[in-house]
Amino acid sequence: MSNPLLRVDNLQAFYDQSHILQGVSLSVNSGEVLSVLGRNGAGKTTLLNSIMAILHKRTGSIIYGDQEINKLPPYKIAKQGIAYVPEIRGIFPSLTVRENLEIASRRGREGASQQQWTLDSVYSLFPHLRERAQSGGGKLSGGEQQMLSIARALMTNPDLLILDEPTEGLAPLVVKEIEELLTALKRQGLTMLMVEQNLGFATRLSDQIVVLGKGRIRWSGTPELFSSESGIQRTWLGV
Amino acid sequence: MTDILNTLALIGNFIIVPGLAYGSQLALGALGITMVYGILRFSNFAHGETMSFGAMATILITWALQAQGVSFGVLPTALLALPFGILITIALCLFTDRLVYRYYRSQRAEPVTYLIVSVGVMFFLGGLIRFIIGPNDQIFSDGTRFIMKVQAFKEMTGLSEGLAIKTSQGVTIITAIVIVTLLFWFLNRTRTGKSMRAYSDNEDLALLSGINPERVVMIAWIITGTLAAVAGTLYGLDKSYKPFIFLQLLLPMFASAIVGGVGNPLGAIAGGFVIAFSELIVTFAYKKVLAYLLPLSMAPEGLMQLLSTDYKFAVSFLILVIVLLVKPTGIFSGKTL
Repeated sequence: MSNPLLRVDNLQAFYDQSHILQGVSLSVNSGEVLSVLGRNGAGKTTLLNSIMAILHKRTGSIIYGDQEINKLPPYKIAKQGIAYVPEIRGIFPSLTVRENLEIASRRGREGASQQQWTLDSVYSLFPHLRERAQSGGGKLSGGEQQMLSIARALMTNPDLLILDEPTEGLAPLVVKEIEELLTALKRQGLTMLMVEQNLGFATRLSDQIVVLGKGRIRWSGTPELFSSESGIQRTWLGV
Repeated sequence: MTDILNTLALIGNFIIVPGLAYGSQLALGALGITMVYGILRFSNFAHGETMSFGAMATILITWALQAQGVSFGVLPTALLALPFGILITIALCLFTDRLVYRYYRSQRAEPVTYLIVSVGVMFFLGGLIRFIIGPNDQIFSDGTRFIMKVQAFKEMTGLSEGLAIKTSQGVTIITAIVIVTLLFWFLNRTRTGKSMRAYSDNEDLALLSGINPERVVMIAWIITGTLAAVAGTLYGLDKSYKPFIFLQLLLPMFASAIVGGVGNPLGAIAGGFVIAFSELIVTFAYKKVLAYLLPLSMAPEGLMQLLSTDYKFAVSFLILVIVLLVKPTGIFSGKTL
């Protein structure tokens, strides 16, 4: 068994009076992609926000590498090597594309397995961003913003990339582009935790699928097994 | 032709030169307000008193320097004292943050809570200032009073209207240009400046990108303290220092920040000049201008003043209301209030 990079244990999260996550446990293995599926309101984004400590009313344990990170503030969690691509507003609109990338730029952990991302290597992965380098982030189209958001996350040289619905609201062509991109990153050995509603996208990319429903994990397993679970899909995803 | 030149000299003397100086002071004040709003996300009502505190600190150091026989030649000694005034004001800002605002950050207080807290800080600072330096007028400008005197201008040009430029006005405009240039260089060229803009844009994402919020807040207070001390001192040099005036200045300064788009530094500067020139244009007595431009028989008898100078603060208020009704994000689209 490969060692888990991120382990979430019995996570409970609250938002005002509502008990959103009611004991979620999962672990993401190094070099693997785990997708969390679920309906709107199932608690998917809450799960990610709890891991990153943006939502701080939570209990349970979150272990990253061999360190417990639930007591750390968000910026320290980010510095541990976790990059987060939020569902919307993943960029700084009043900064130029280049500035967006520059301020994220950070050297990765010593001895990291992945390549070290630099402005140049990120630009060669996203040639379009090089062309728009001087444009304001807010002037980009939705697809370009999502690309920039992922590029910005890569600039922090993460060991774990967390993505919240990376395909939400994007044109099919852009979705395809993002899928190719994430596949390439996966091949380079980047570990990813992703929340998705697009089943095809998630199953093609993932090594593990977790189905979240009403704040609890309802199913977990491989994408192959998941495809045959039409009952689970109907009950918890409404497919 | 001479009539037109005389009119220009008149307008230059009573609107353009004072407008540029007053506009620079408002712009520096509004920049401080916009800085706190952009980073700490609240309307800092204590900013006027922070300016007053900065001016007071500079005055006390100026007196100490003058007592030692130190002077700055033709320039006011206060300029030598200003760096110390800035440091003291920065210390005040950081101390207030540590003592007051940090607690509310840890409580994740609503912006309105901060706003009311800042009103408390405002009253406290106002009291402290009156306790230290008293409520009275303090004149602390020395050096040469004028860069250009009315008489010299008249002799030079042969016009019957004079154009005077006070040293304090020249110093104000040049200092403002230097400070604003440094500020924009910092915000646009340095990594720390960029991360501050990022934090202002999207706080959560800045945190998720590994930007340390306490460091950003500390730098915001350092900048705010610097701007406040400079703005307060320049205003005091130009008009004389009266503690109570800084409470009144809050309105035109907030109006400047909001007109330009609060949270947007460029907007704060533009807003400062819009407010300054509007005040002067509306309260200027046009009697002499019309006397020059109109035929003698039509020369006006009254002052031809749209609004008495007593009501000058109403101008900022009116502009503020119009902007909030028509374009609440301000000219340069800052954050919505």
